[in-house]
Amino acid sequence: MIYNIPYFAVVALILVGLYAVIFKRNLIKIVIGISLIESGVNLFLITLAYRQDSTAPIYHGSGSRIMSLPVPHALTLTSIVIGVAVTALMLSLIIHLYRHYGTLDARKIAEEEE
Amino acid sequence: MNLETVITHSPALIVAVPLLGAFLTPFIGKISDKVRNVFVILTVGLTFFLVYLLASDVFANGIRIYVFGGDSSVIVSGESTFAIRILFEVDGMNAFMAIIASILAIASVIYSWAYMKENTGLDKFYTLILLLIAGMFGMILTGDLFNFFVFLEITSIASCALIAFWTNKGKSVDAGFKYIVISSIGALFVLFAIGILYSQYNALNMAVLANSIQYTFLDKIALGLLVAGLAMKAGIVPMHMWLPDAYGKAPSTVTLILIGATQTSIYGVLRVTFTLYGNQLTSTLKQIGNTSVTMNWILGIIIVALALITIVIGVLMALKQTDFKRMIAFAAVGEIGYIFLAIGSVIISYGQIIANGNMDLTGPAGMALQGGIFHIINDALDIGLLFLVAGAIYYSTKQTSLNEMGGLARNMKYTTVFFIIGLLAVAGMPPMNGFASKLLIYQSTYLVNPIIAIVAIVFSILLLAVFVKVFHSAFLGPKLQKFKDVKEAPKSMLIAMGVITFIIIVFGLFPNLVVENIIQPAAKAIIDHSSYITTVMGGVLP
Repeated sequence: MIYNIPYFAVVALILVGLYAVIFKRNLIKIVIGISLIESGVNLFLITLAYRQDSTAPIYHGSGSRIMSLPVPHALTLTSIVIGVAVTALMLSLIIHLYRHYGTLDARKIAEEEE
Repeated sequence: MNLETVITHSPALIVAVPLLGAFLTPFIGKISDKVRNVFVILTVGLTFFLVYLLASDVFANGIRIYVFGGDSSVIVSGESTFAIRILFEVDGMNAFMAIIASILAIASVIYSWAYMKENTGLDKFYTLILLLIAGMFGMILTGDLFNFFVFLEITSIASCALIAFWTNKGKSVDAGFKYIVISSIGALFVLFAIGILYSQYNALNMAVLANSIQYTFLDKIALGLLVAGLAMKAGIVPMHMWLPDAYGKAPSTVTLILIGATQTSIYGVLRVTFTLYGNQLTSTLKQIGNTSVTMNWILGIIIVALALITIVIGVLMALKQTDFKRMIAFAAVGEIGYIFLAIGSVIISYGQIIANGNMDLTGPAGMALQGGIFHIINDALDIGLLFLVAGAIYYSTKQTSLNEMGGLARNMKYTTVFFIIGLLAVAGMPPMNGFASKLLIYQSTYLVNPIIAIVAIVFSILLLAVFVKVFHSAFLGPKLQKFKDVKEAPKSMLIAMGVITFIIIVFGLFPNLVVENIIQPAAKAIIDHSSYITTVMGGVLP
């Protein structure tokens, strides 16, 4: 049971993120929602890599010990880097939108003509 | 450095050449604009040539594998084997998609020469275009699920920045924001599904996964997430609202490549359902009396239902638009519905194809698959041509509203001809390519359920009505005073439209040749998952 807690956290993070993206009107909050989903997925990958009583996956001549899986760590790193790029791009678009419309409310922006 | 060496390394080069070109473009842009444009066209032309070499080899000799950092796709250490190397694999389907992507890419960069001439920041524009092309080819060629996700994100980021390229227009930025929200959520779904699959099978390689997939409860969730995430990016109905904005507000040259990126997501759906889950697609979910509810049936019904709604909404929304580009964008939504309709009916009748074990493509299911795959390239060309025409009109008149246009046929003769050909092709009229693929789809879906085929035909005719209305209001009528000085579009734009029109007419006049030489190998490759698995693993299954 105790080892399942990270998975519950993953589901909670993703659901909270989806809630923010779907129901929030403020663009910054939508970006926060996407970041939450991303953190949930990253936590999921990291949790997958863990094995009970395992050490970091570095060989240091101590024979056979249980190590956590290295591949999900690599995936998570890549995913974090991509996530930073996406967040930066979204925030820069929000800056442009704010300059243009003077608001961050998605509904008000949708009502504008041009 | 003979031709064979080039072909061997071409899967890597097809991604590497545009990627390198993207990094060099800003430097070459310092010399002069003309040199930079020539450089970009040469880069894309070289990629096109490599795709041509690779595709002709794959159609002749079968699947090609390119393993990064080694000869074999698996690492053998002692007793155990690990399939952790990244590899590209090219079979008929990948080659087919690469052909579409390269045609769209080269038409787009030629068209950009004149169309984007008056904009500033073109170094960045071309850099992003080349990045988008590289990402698209990566998605098409890769044989590794995580790699697929990375290229998916490269494509999303580049295309989002390109949609929002006209940052002085608020609506373009808004469309870019919508696009990045939808596509990053879709990509995260895909990543989550990849995590689920990795946790069970310790592999990211598609062939290894396809070989060992067991179809547990978690796999069902992963399949749902993968199809949902990719369908979001393909613009199927509940998630289609980004598509009219993005297609309508982006520069026309960008829209042309975006169509390619959307098609690539459709390819992802095909690859996931038929290759990754091919072994287990017909497994029984529930036994009710004598009838067994199989997986493929449920998935197929869902996809067909969504596809029909997509067609209906896309075409009906197109009818009421007054903005030219937005109207074509809704027509594009409808056309994507046709592709998914064909895919859905293949999945429903998947049992027929694999029943005899010899991958029979002559039956209705095989016909639907061929029709769907043929329609992927036709949709890209037809909708692409219409967007280029809309771009040419915008370039000459600075108008996109249909209410403001009129009598343009008098000033823009070639553009008018291209538009007529595009509208006939989109509506599926006989001499054009759209007819060939839509006929295959009608015939095969009629056998699944006649009502589906009737809806498909009726809405295809409505699509003709949409564009005849456009033709009437934009091109016919008396010469308007405000358009007195309107000139024909510049040469580079005419060349790009001419190339696509030429391909449309050739495909329309000789559909049999195309189906036999390109479509059938692609259909065989996507349906024959067992030979995919054995070829990729080279017989050494871990």
